[in-house]
Amino acid sequence: MESSLTDSLETTATISVRDLRVNYGEREILHGISFDVNRGETLVILGGSGSGKSTLLRTLVGLEQPSSGEIWIKGQNITAISQSEMDAIRKKIGMSFQGGALFGSMTVGENVALPLREHTRLEESTIEIMLRLKLEQVGLQGFEYYMPSQLSGGMKKRAAVARALAMDPEILFFDEPSAGLDPIIAAGIDQLILELKQAFRMTIIVVTHELASAYLIADRMVLIDKGNIVAIGTTEEMRASTQPRVRQFLDRVAEPEVARELDYLQMLTEDRRSR
Amino acid sequence: MQLLSQVGGSVTNGLAYVGALASLGGRAAYYTFVAPFQGKPIRFQRAVSQALDVGVRALPILSLITFFIGLILALQAAYELRRFGAISYVATAVAISMSRELGPLITAIVVIGRSGSAFAAEIGTMKVTEEIDALETMAISPVHFLVTPKFIAMAVMLPCLTIWANTMGILGGSLFGVAQADFTFTRYISASLDSLFLRDIVTGLIKSVMFGITITAVGCLEGLSTGAGAEQVGRSTTRAVVMSIFLVIVVDLVFTALFFFMSDH
Repeated sequence: MESSLTDSLETTATISVRDLRVNYGEREILHGISFDVNRGETLVILGGSGSGKSTLLRTLVGLEQPSSGEIWIKGQNITAISQSEMDAIRKKIGMSFQGGALFGSMTVGENVALPLREHTRLEESTIEIMLRLKLEQVGLQGFEYYMPSQLSGGMKKRAAVARALAMDPEILFFDEPSAGLDPIIAAGIDQLILELKQAFRMTIIVVTHELASAYLIADRMVLIDKGNIVAIGTTEEMRASTQPRVRQFLDRVAEPEVARELDYLQMLTEDRRSR
Repeated sequence: MQLLSQVGGSVTNGLAYVGALASLGGRAAYYTFVAPFQGKPIRFQRAVSQALDVGVRALPILSLITFFIGLILALQAAYELRRFGAISYVATAVAISMSRELGPLITAIVVIGRSGSAFAAEIGTMKVTEEIDALETMAISPVHFLVTPKFIAMAVMLPCLTIWANTMGILGGSLFGVAQADFTFTRYISASLDSLFLRDIVTGLIKSVMFGITITAVGCLEGLSTGAGAEQVGRSTTRAVVMSIFLVIVVDLVFTALFFFMSDH
């Protein structure tokens, strides 16, 4: 186990997750998850509501503490490092949140420039140039003086991507990039992810429940259900899979509604906590 | 037995809450006094804009309220003093009760209503919209970025506001003094100043600094512990106001008692 892990780290894996368990209070949300993310690949984490996929993402970026297991990012186990070491890793990753999570009291430009102003000693004029560059990359040139509230949903997400790109991260995380967007705008965001992938060879991890988007952008997929990995493989392998649970998800077979009140309540609380 | 465990439970919860407040205050103190020497400068710009919000913008309403309080104090004091023919002591009564107690307290209550609630709402909304999470993933400490400037602004502005409140209270009292107690305005003011010891003012100001720290800690802690959903922001805000008022009164009692026993010896 130990040797195989270091082997895989030396070769291509940027992120290695080993037997990851996450609890909220008494409830275990993730039941021992293990997978690798290779350098430069786009991995899509698929799963339904309450499957634990958002919790997995939040744990990967250090927003939730696992109860056991290891997460290796760029050769460091982030479950066992100090705050300052974690901060050093966080400067190399970018995260685009579901609703954008732009700071409402700052302009789009100030939002994108914030990591640069906080973590670098660049001249203000250099920051201005980088800021224009990042906004151009996401197709928002000229919007630096707008407030987030003046942007549409799709533009907010683009601005959030620009902010995630600010520090030129090696790994980019997306939480539900197409949630709450109409299909055309959502396709635009998918296109943006593809462009980033081709332009920068970044490692990209996307959490979504949108199948169309997953097929389009993924190199590999992980299907998560009830806190366990059901299947992992390339897009083609997933398409060809005969596993019932995978087929059900990919073919969008309806699941009978939860009938018992207790189960429903449990599902609700799970859903709310995993947000 | 069940009663005992309930009492024990609420005591534990209360202590845990105070512990969380102290830990938040401690981290803010670290970012104020230690981190600047380790290359993490204080956000002066944010502190100044907070100070403007907390302090300067509170002046109109605070002036009005404390002017009325001063006038009320004068009326209440005169009601009793009049019977002893000691109505000229109205100036003393107003000056002392304003600067020792009511100036700091009324200022704190006004600031809780304006800023303590705003802190909880602002940070709570940022929690709900994942902005706090975003800060963390950008390796920016929310305590450093959001909370510390608020602590600095409040610890500086509350004493300033309190001095202003004391002044407005004395002016309010002078309205009664001039109209009903045969004072001239200058004599009323000099009678007020004569009756005050530096100690009266300083104890009030020390209390006001403690109030400022308490209000910020509660407002920010309630904001940071907001759950999911917009309705939780409302809950946090309400809790922030109620807890702040309660804790400010507790802090007031502790420090008043402390000053009382210290001046005894």
